[in-house]
Amino acid sequence: MTSDTAKAPEDGTTRRSMISARELTKMFGQGESAVTALDNVDIKIRENEFFTLLGPSGCGKTTLLRLIAGFELPTSGTIELDGQDITALPPHVRPVNTVFQNYALFPHMTVSENIGFGLKMLGKPSGEADNRVKQMLSLVQLEAMANRRTDQLSGGQQQRVALARALAPAPKVLLLDEPLAALDLKLRKNMQIELKSLQAETGITFIFVTHDQEEALTMSDRIAVMRDGQILQIGTPKEIYDKPTHRFVADFIGDINILEAEVEGAEGDQTRVRLKDGTTMLARSTGADTQGHCAVALRPESIRVAQGGEAPALTGQLENLVYMGSAHNLHLRLGSGEELVVRHGGSTDGIDLSPGAQVGVVIAPGGVRVLA
Amino acid sequence: MTDTSLTLAEQESRRRRRQTRRALLAPALIIILTISIMPLGITALYSFLTPGTYGGVLWEFTPNAYVQFLFERDIFDGTLQFNDSYLTIYMRSIGLAFGATIGALLIGFPTAYFIATKPREQRNFWLFLITLPFWTNLLIRTYAMLLILRDEGLINLSLMGVGVIERPLSILYTDTAVFIGLIYTYLPFMVLPLYASLEKLDFRLVEAGYDLYANRFQVLRHIIAPIAKPGIIAGCILVFIPGLGAYITPALLGGGKKLMIGNMIAIQFGSSRNWPFGSAAALILMALVVIALLIYARSVSKGARARG
Repeated sequence: MTSDTAKAPEDGTTRRSMISARELTKMFGQGESAVTALDNVDIKIRENEFFTLLGPSGCGKTTLLRLIAGFELPTSGTIELDGQDITALPPHVRPVNTVFQNYALFPHMTVSENIGFGLKMLGKPSGEADNRVKQMLSLVQLEAMANRRTDQLSGGQQQRVALARALAPAPKVLLLDEPLAALDLKLRKNMQIELKSLQAETGITFIFVTHDQEEALTMSDRIAVMRDGQILQIGTPKEIYDKPTHRFVADFIGDINILEAEVEGAEGDQTRVRLKDGTTMLARSTGADTQGHCAVALRPESIRVAQGGEAPALTGQLENLVYMGSAHNLHLRLGSGEELVVRHGGSTDGIDLSPGAQVGVVIAPGGVRVLA
Repeated sequence: MTDTSLTLAEQESRRRRRQTRRALLAPALIIILTISIMPLGITALYSFLTPGTYGGVLWEFTPNAYVQFLFERDIFDGTLQFNDSYLTIYMRSIGLAFGATIGALLIGFPTAYFIATKPREQRNFWLFLITLPFWTNLLIRTYAMLLILRDEGLINLSLMGVGVIERPLSILYTDTAVFIGLIYTYLPFMVLPLYASLEKLDFRLVEAGYDLYANRFQVLRHIIAPIAKPGIIAGCILVFIPGLGAYITPALLGGGKKLMIGNMIAIQFGSSRNWPFGSAAALILMALVVIALLIYARSVSKGARARG
């Protein structure tokens, strides 16, 4: 890792990095009972980016967010914000605002007072602050609620107030700690789109924490998948979905089949693997291909039932057939005892789909990946 | 007006329910009546009677006790002259009680905050320490305070030992001693309600405050204090009112020279043998407290209404 506020090479853009954390470690507790919440994490988040920290609970994503906000101090490592070292700064001098999981709206203040609080603390003249509050109210479409108390609002409205409150002081980075978790599904879908467009509109760097992989894929410019205090993979939603480098990432994002295999050897830029039932196939390699034992990943949608005399790549016994509307999900039991889910999108005419039938499937080119 | 629409049976059952309710309320009402209303009534009655020569009262109605509170009757020509000595005692008592309330708040708030931010399983231990003084009689605790404050006491000896002062500070038998004694005596009554409201405080709100550029002082002023306001007010009332009527503390630590209302009233029933005046002084004290509480209650309800 270089220490300058460097270019971001991966997608060819040259945007500055807004947040840059180096060798960040956070331990809770002391001595024997110490828990490592964050383990030597390096991360660069670019200016004007919708960045998501994704992982199961306890993976360290909220700890990372709290370190950036300044609520916790790292055990070791540094954090830079826009080129300035903020590692030891207290939260109230960091140009960073947070949307809290349960909103943490001030119960003794009206909606307007909540939104204007940050501006007031920054010592903005009241006229300017009032204008900004009005602007924020219209941004989140709550003009009519300006003088309500916050406990008179619905969950979705409270969410908007929390958002407006955090955006009002125009922070350099907005941190969002699972802000949609408390909303019902329909509202959550709407807010996902709204958040995304709000980010584009304001041009502020958003760092969004979630355990919901679908949410992460929908909204993010880039995603960091975390587990056990470490970042496993960083990439665009497409990279994360199509080219998982880690078994956990593959499993966590979307539906996927993971089969045990042995590496047979490289063939061009691909790797030949032997599955447990003896079939061999070519798999796209992830660069750091292992010797011997490995796992391969297949997305259900890159597999379909073999038709019209096609030579099947794999064969299994049909255990379950689930109608999905636009497709059928076939649950096959392979010879090795492993389960394989196939999403068959086309017509099922002429295929024997009776329970227990032997079904052969073909795999789309490049549909198999070797996992580390 | 609803009678016409009700059947006789319904009226009967309602009447019976009312009776049951009255019967159930009776014990509580009797207790309130005998231990609260009746003594007050007797005090009010006595305040309008004439003092007996050897204590007690003579059944001759007169408002003299209330006149005596503000005026002195000239021995020779019987004219009334304004006398502010009792008023001075009231003002000093109010001042001392008010000062002790502020002092208890300044000490009690950090204490309660400290306890409320401890891990849950440790809080009971700290609360236990706060309530520990109640295990000992107030009189004994006040004597202990006397030993600490006197010229050869803990404070003076240690200050002289470190060399901060050369001669002992005479704290005992001054307003300062009474002030310290009042804070000491009533501090738990400040800490407990403060703790109760701080314990419920959602500390994410504190984080939200820091996040929105408030420094420690601003978080305290704009977030913690407004939310803990009910506890602050309850604590202040619980310290101010008993502090105003304190008896043992000024009697021992003030050395009987610096009277507070409580001592003044006690003297009327004792050596002065003027029960009506003692009663009147007690009622005036109560009236002041009630008026202060009413003003407070009105300002709170107005504030609540303004907020909607």
